[in-house]
Amino acid sequence: MSKTIFEHSTPGRKGVVLPEREIDIPLATMFSETMLRTKKARLPEVSELDTMRHYITLSHKNHFIEKGLYPLGSCTMKYNPKLHETLVRHPSFTSLHPYQPEETLQGALELMYELQKDLAEIAGMAGVTLQPAAGAQGEFTGIKIIAAYHKVKGNTHKDTIIIPDSAHGTNPASCSLVGYKTVELASNKEGRCDIAKLRELVNDQTAGIMITNPNTLGLFETQIEEIADIIHSVDALMYMDGANLNALLGIVQPGKIGFDLMHFNLHKTFATPHGGGGPGSGPVAVSEKLLPFLPVPVVTKDEKGYHLSSENELTSIGKVHTFYGNFAVLVRAYIYIKMLGAEGLRRVSENAILNANYLMQCLGEYYHIEHQEPCMHEFVMDGTWQKKNYGITTLDIAKRLLDKGFHSPTIYFPLIIPEAMMVEPTETESLESLDAFAAAMREIALECKDNPELVKNAPLTTPVKRVDDARAVKMLEPVFPLAD
Amino acid sequence: MPYISNTERDRQKILKAIGVNKFEDLLTAIPEKLRMKSPLALSQPLSELEINKNIKAKTDKNIPCEVVNSFLGGGVYDHFIPAAVDAIVSRPEFCTAYTPYQAEVSQGTLQYIFEYQTMICELTGREIANAGMYDGASAIAEAILMAVRKNHLTKAILPATLNPNYVKVVKAYTEGNGIELLIAPEKDGLTDLSALENMLNDTIGSVIIQTPNFYGNIEDAKAFDTIVHKNPNCLLIACVDPISLAIFMPPAEYNADIAVGEGQVFGNNMYFGGPLFGFFATRPEMARLMPGRIVGGTIDKDGNKAYVLTLQAREQHIRRAKATSNICSNESLCTLSAVVYLCLLGKEGLIEVATQSAQKAHYTANELCKIPGLALTYPNAYFFKEFVLKTPKKAEEIIKALVPGNIYAGIDLAPLGKPDELMIAVTEKKSKAEIDSFVQAMQEVVK
Repeated sequence: MSKTIFEHSTPGRKGVVLPEREIDIPLATMFSETMLRTKKARLPEVSELDTMRHYITLSHKNHFIEKGLYPLGSCTMKYNPKLHETLVRHPSFTSLHPYQPEETLQGALELMYELQKDLAEIAGMAGVTLQPAAGAQGEFTGIKIIAAYHKVKGNTHKDTIIIPDSAHGTNPASCSLVGYKTVELASNKEGRCDIAKLRELVNDQTAGIMITNPNTLGLFETQIEEIADIIHSVDALMYMDGANLNALLGIVQPGKIGFDLMHFNLHKTFATPHGGGGPGSGPVAVSEKLLPFLPVPVVTKDEKGYHLSSENELTSIGKVHTFYGNFAVLVRAYIYIKMLGAEGLRRVSENAILNANYLMQCLGEYYHIEHQEPCMHEFVMDGTWQKKNYGITTLDIAKRLLDKGFHSPTIYFPLIIPEAMMVEPTETESLESLDAFAAAMREIALECKDNPELVKNAPLTTPVKRVDDARAVKMLEPVFPLAD
Repeated sequence: MPYISNTERDRQKILKAIGVNKFEDLLTAIPEKLRMKSPLALSQPLSELEINKNIKAKTDKNIPCEVVNSFLGGGVYDHFIPAAVDAIVSRPEFCTAYTPYQAEVSQGTLQYIFEYQTMICELTGREIANAGMYDGASAIAEAILMAVRKNHLTKAILPATLNPNYVKVVKAYTEGNGIELLIAPEKDGLTDLSALENMLNDTIGSVIIQTPNFYGNIEDAKAFDTIVHKNPNCLLIACVDPISLAIFMPPAEYNADIAVGEGQVFGNNMYFGGPLFGFFATRPEMARLMPGRIVGGTIDKDGNKAYVLTLQAREQHIRRAKATSNICSNESLCTLSAVVYLCLLGKEGLIEVATQSAQKAHYTANELCKIPGLALTYPNAYFFKEFVLKTPKKAEEIIKALVPGNIYAGIDLAPLGKPDELMIAVTEKKSKAEIDSFVQAMQEVVK
């Protein structure tokens, strides 16, 4: 195991040297002594080479897209183009301050304005805020907008949001954060929202529904129009979680099939890097009637140029980010959309769907797949059979995949499939790479039968063996104990 | 088509393997009438060559701080970033990885987060930190929500000296949860402590201190401690500039129960205000009430040291509607920038950054105040690297007049009802010559 950076520390060593002091005012002149720190913070003392070696060594312990397939369902781990990384590092982006005079920001604002427009078109909706810093913050923003809408309409009795049982955990958590109660809508045998149960749940208290479409089983909600009619009949709103938008580009516009608002995950659908857990970006698109509630500011255009406009300040939900959102992520998504255009985006979804169906076809013989119909961009396998017959869990299978050079699928999600393995290959994977993954999954299926201990003990070839997460909870160790 | 691997031949092969004739056969679940009849109305696709030109047309219309003499702050600051930071952060091993759920192939990410948490705890003096938040604003909001989970008291006091953008975000985050926000008034650029004392009673769940505050002034943190902790249940939430912590008393020493702040200053580009990242540290007894990811040390099956996401039972993917937060990602790559930055600067270097920023800010203030008509708005307050100047004409006019000379003079406080006040930030990046030329330009413009 690698030492921590603190253990590489040597007193007096430096990674970077600052210019000599041109102005030397003593601290005692500037501050009262009672404000000052008495003991220096024990940050590491390391050279640039020490630092580089340490973090490059750590980097070798990661799985990442360029290393191998990353089939995490609903995470859309597609390839992140390198051109984005080069272009975003232009000083005219990196060194822009949010309080610069507007006339010195016209390029940045123009880019944001065009991205707002393009995302609105992809959604089939009227307007977009780019402010949310992540998908979950997009959800929060969207639910705030729903609350603001009902407040204006005097719908004060509306206190509940309906969420299907296949939804991401962020959905109910985002609703709670806004102050809504949530009720769970069961799925039917076909893996879709159960319309009869929906009718039972919907009443005057219903403020809206949050639907991931296609849902986390990789299935399109076929009866979406009927759902919309039921929801709209009580003046509730239709929210689409756009986590799975990679299946719909140029095929369906959510705004045209009954949804009133949605969020995007630019780090999924629009190929910006996940960064090991952010920064992402979660813009929200809304229909005409929800425009007044968008966070401030939005980018507008007139004959004088582009502006950060807070015109809707009085009706707006306010702000969810200190400034205008994750601009550096927006630049990457902008480039992606401009390069692909309408035809390219449609091709993205077509190939995402083709690749998922191909893999499903390859693996159906070895792993149980509950819903026997073409999937959209992802599908869910169930390892219950392996568990029952060989005592091998989905967790074991996931860990064994790591030995074979692949990341595991999303596991134990959606919750309605007990030993779920949710696979999303994305359109950027080639047929050869899908075949290699399918071969690995087949090998594991055979190992479950012939050599179950091997699977239960996996992984064996990774930088560390199976990690004891129960111990991490019991004996909480959140920091390295620094020496005095 | 860029970034799509399948050729037409592959496509046919796939269709055959699946057993359908054409792609549309896979869309049977989407009712025909819901499908788009015509393509999306987007501009023609651009090649790599063309997008380079498209982006250049954009960057040409921006005038970034790098090519001017900028004194802008207000939450985002132009500190020096060593080149090695980007050399690490741009590595695909870190950049294109997912949230480290599969610990065995994510030790790189997990260990740097562990090191990040250690550094945040060392700087703030608190015992446990999470893996990061979206920004300083949401970190404060989540701190208030955590305080409510702890003491079930639903009133929070924000100082009038808090960054106004933070106030807006805090409002958005708290208003649906029945939390009442009270504002402690400002006096001479600082929180009015006697007013704060009068506002406090046993219904107040948390009090925020921002120091240095929005105006750059250093609040009397010890006095906050005394006033706030008279009520043993009330939590003190400190929002701090982490660079300042190299020289200033860590929040734990004035008994801040939660320490948060904006982390952009640690090795992250300004990028027009995003991405930013928030840091969040607290007492160990509140570990299970915290929002966000936490990495913990443990061992693997062979007894070797390993790291893993821990205390996940708090989180949305487990607890759903009852989670401590809806937060999912944690601006991880920005915290990696912070870790690498703090390694390169190190124990002495961060002190030097803080000291030189303060020295240069004080020099700038001293020189500006020699100009007739200019004076500090808050002459009796201590400040760190940012200060407010009273101007003889509208700050807006001064700012406008200096733009052609490639100077961004500062922030106009007119939106806060202070049209003749200019807020100026100075970091270690400014040379004396740059400051002197700014001072000279100011002299011209206020004549």
